[in-house]
Amino acid sequence: MIPLNYYLILSGILFAIGTSGIFLRRNLITMLLSVEIMLNAVNLTFVAVGRYLGTVDGQIITFFVMTVAAAEAAVGLALVIALFRHRETLSPDAFTALKW
Amino acid sequence: MDASAIGFYIFAAITVLASLGVVGQRNPMHSVMFLITSFGALAGLYVLLDAPFTAVTQIIIYAGAIMVLFLFVVMLLNVPREEPAPPGLVAALGPRGMKIAVLLSVVLGIEIVWALSRVGLGWFAQDAAATSVSSVALIGGALFTRHAFAFEATSILILVAMVGAVVIARRER
Repeated sequence: MIPLNYYLILSGILFAIGTSGIFLRRNLITMLLSVEIMLNAVNLTFVAVGRYLGTVDGQIITFFVMTVAAAEAAVGLALVIALFRHRETLSPDAFTALKW
Repeated sequence: MDASAIGFYIFAAITVLASLGVVGQRNPMHSVMFLITSFGALAGLYVLLDAPFTAVTQIIIYAGAIMVLFLFVVMLLNVPREEPAPPGLVAALGPRGMKIAVLLSVVLGIEIVWALSRVGLGWFAQDAAATSVSSVALIGGALFTRHAFAFEATSILILVAMVGAVVIARRER
């Protein structure tokens, strides 16, 4: 049996990788993919802790996180398409109209 | 080292390497492919955690539905190149800005790992005693009794997201 800490450390590493994707990439689609990596890191934590506590609540929260991720992907990609139609680019530096 | 430990290391290595692949290169198409690989390995980790329902959901919803949506948009927009930074602060920082970003992420990762490992220490004793709860019937029972409100709220959320996506992506007249 793998100790719980291994799963938690793996999940922390995945979350940091997702954060670095937000920092590094200048492409809205890749940034959304990085958000998915972070959501999956949190999912892994929920499932691992739920398993080690002996409840199904971790898996149920993961189910809800997946649903929210699907909604987020649908709305986010609709926004990306609308923005691309507007400016012909996917670089977040092109969308600074609200930046003071 | 038993089979589950070997499986854990293999799946963990695939997940981390594929996630680094998502972040580390510029073509969004390759990023999506790497992310599908990462999700497959994560499904393997869920199987190791006695969560077959979550593993199947991961494959069907994430790798099947959400990633197809991403692939669809990547192919629709067809922007394989990432544009260079515009002149200004970002360009002035240049590669050093990249290094700062990587450094900040590593610091964040170390912080998270430290905090999680401190929390997890107390549970080592009761690990083995926890019984396996892999039954789909148990998940369904809990979902429709204790978490019924959240389940219904999720349906509203999906309806709102669907209407919102259609409204936002519609071409204006």
